[in-house]
Amino acid sequence: MVIDKHPMDDWLRKDRIPHIWCPSCGIGIVATCYIDALRASGIDRDKATVISGIGCTGRIPGYMNLDSFHTTHGRALPFATGIKLANPELNVTILSGDGDLFAIGGNHFIHAARRNIDLTVICVNNFTYGMTGGQVAPTTPMKAISATSPYGNFEHPFNLVHVASAAGAIYVARWTTLHVRRLRNAILEAMTKRGFSFIEVISPCPTSYARSNKLGTGLDIMRFYQQRSVIRHGFDPAKTDITMSSEIIVGKFVDSEKPTFTDNYEEYCKKLKENK
Amino acid sequence: MHGEFFMNGDIACAEGGISGGCRLFAGYPITPATEIAERMSQRLPKIGGVFIQMEDEIASMNCILGASWGGVKSMTATSGPGFSLMMENLGLGVITETPCVLVDVQRGSPSTGLPTLVGQADMMQARWGSHGDYEIIAISPWSPQEAYDFTIKAFNLSEKYRTPVLVMTDEAVGHMTEKVTILPEDKIVLEPRRKPPLPPDKFKLYSYDEKNIPWAPNAGDGYRIHVTGLTHDERGYPVVNAETQNKLVRRLVNKIRLNEKEIADYKGFYMDDDPEIVIVSYGITARPSLSVVRRLRKKGMKIGLLKLNVVWPFPEDVIRKIASIATSMFTVENNLGQVSIEVERVNFGRCPCFQIGHAGGEIHSPEEIIKEIEVSLKNGHR
Repeated sequence: MVIDKHPMDDWLRKDRIPHIWCPSCGIGIVATCYIDALRASGIDRDKATVISGIGCTGRIPGYMNLDSFHTTHGRALPFATGIKLANPELNVTILSGDGDLFAIGGNHFIHAARRNIDLTVICVNNFTYGMTGGQVAPTTPMKAISATSPYGNFEHPFNLVHVASAAGAIYVARWTTLHVRRLRNAILEAMTKRGFSFIEVISPCPTSYARSNKLGTGLDIMRFYQQRSVIRHGFDPAKTDITMSSEIIVGKFVDSEKPTFTDNYEEYCKKLKENK
Repeated sequence: MHGEFFMNGDIACAEGGISGGCRLFAGYPITPATEIAERMSQRLPKIGGVFIQMEDEIASMNCILGASWGGVKSMTATSGPGFSLMMENLGLGVITETPCVLVDVQRGSPSTGLPTLVGQADMMQARWGSHGDYEIIAISPWSPQEAYDFTIKAFNLSEKYRTPVLVMTDEAVGHMTEKVTILPEDKIVLEPRRKPPLPPDKFKLYSYDEKNIPWAPNAGDGYRIHVTGLTHDERGYPVVNAETQNKLVRRLVNKIRLNEKEIADYKGFYMDDDPEIVIVSYGITARPSLSVVRRLRKKGMKIGLLKLNVVWPFPEDVIRKIASIATSMFTVENNLGQVSIEVERVNFGRCPCFQIGHAGGEIHSPEEIIKEIEVSLKNGHR
């Protein structure tokens, strides 16, 4: 059998391919998992909106044949908040990197999670600023070499799933780009769940982070993920720090329920009308 | 609500937003603009709108951009320090051609400056505050009534030209209480959103009409649009080269610059007899200026006032005409030289130009304006 059309073709802006990502980069895997999850979800694709900030991951929406917004650095979440509140029917997913969402966008992240805006945030964590050439990030493990930590990082990094759960996210999971099936299922679960969902995807940056830290080729990194990853659903997110030598604890850590911003706001408006 | 009310400029501005069609307000508390957010938090939940207090002004600006693409007319309000934070994504609004309204209730500055006292020193920031080449529309009310009327106007201009529009008001107008007529809904003409003239398969997001203005669907309309802050082509796709940059940035600038006469709005007082001396002013400062003109007219001086309602784009034609007839021009503004620079530029040596500035904290008294006019006329150009 000859397949002359890639099954994803219709979901991508083919006229924008080839993409900008390096060979062995994990971002394409995340994009594929998102599309696969969206197809499986039954969500009307014209009601699906993808939003990003700036960076390598921030380029995902530009390749998606969906309503897509590539905003400013760190600002995907407040932009997404506006679009979601304006039209709650839209299924809004944010795809952005660790630097974008947790350094420059950190304040927006904790407040969007606190408000429980009905958004799905997929953060590709490659431990570095890939697009600008591999500088130290708020996720870079201690001792890791980067373009701005040339003698080894000495700053304590964020544990993203811990931040997300502490800030109030109602769904928190972590997978690596090796866990394609689990990642796709997690995205599906998150996008169909009401409330602020967060998925961290550990992903290789073969050009910057892996090279400066001598982690080998893309294949070597996949092997590394296979050897180091430990699936622990329901594990305390506070105990899932990632270091240069630790296990990578993956799984679904939080899956809870609470009213969203829109639920509460609608209730609030309804009461105002009743009391009139 | 409609009818005659006694209200301050901030409340009037919020009511103007509602009359202008605003159904999402995102803001952050800041003196002296807070009353706008407070009013919106009281009003919007009762009329099917959304009020959200964001974590900062950066988020507020982004939130209104997102809301606009979500299909809802949106607005934020702030003062100097917050205005600075909004500059980043004002630029995103400009390049993505997103209709929305940003109100700056100007206070004494720079930095934290004088939170509770008046200033007009953000005018050049309004003009150029975000990085890059662009043109913007900025309007300036001198009373609570105009704060109401001009905010409606701001919404209409933003939809018509697909651009963020700035309402450059100030602490004095914001906190001044006067009679304001709120119009009934059926008396308000609202500019509709410029929806695509073609179906999705034939439509390019940044195609544009003979006035350089594009159309746009909302997210969820089935057009599968891509909107980016990167330099983009007519499809909205990022294209990083000089040719695309040249085409896009020139169009963004021309969209405002070439339509300047249509956007222009000013009012002349005592201008019918081609006065020798002309004061150019805007916002709160036009009020003592008008008082000056009346007093000096009584003394027999041929003097008039040009009050700029739209400050940006700068009304070059009318300034040029005045400059070729008048014998001297005075720009009265509550800063140490901002709009006056534009008056001088356009005047181009046709007649002597003077700025009567103020560092902020209070409005000019008519007496000090008169004194400065007299000194300047006596001593000539500096």
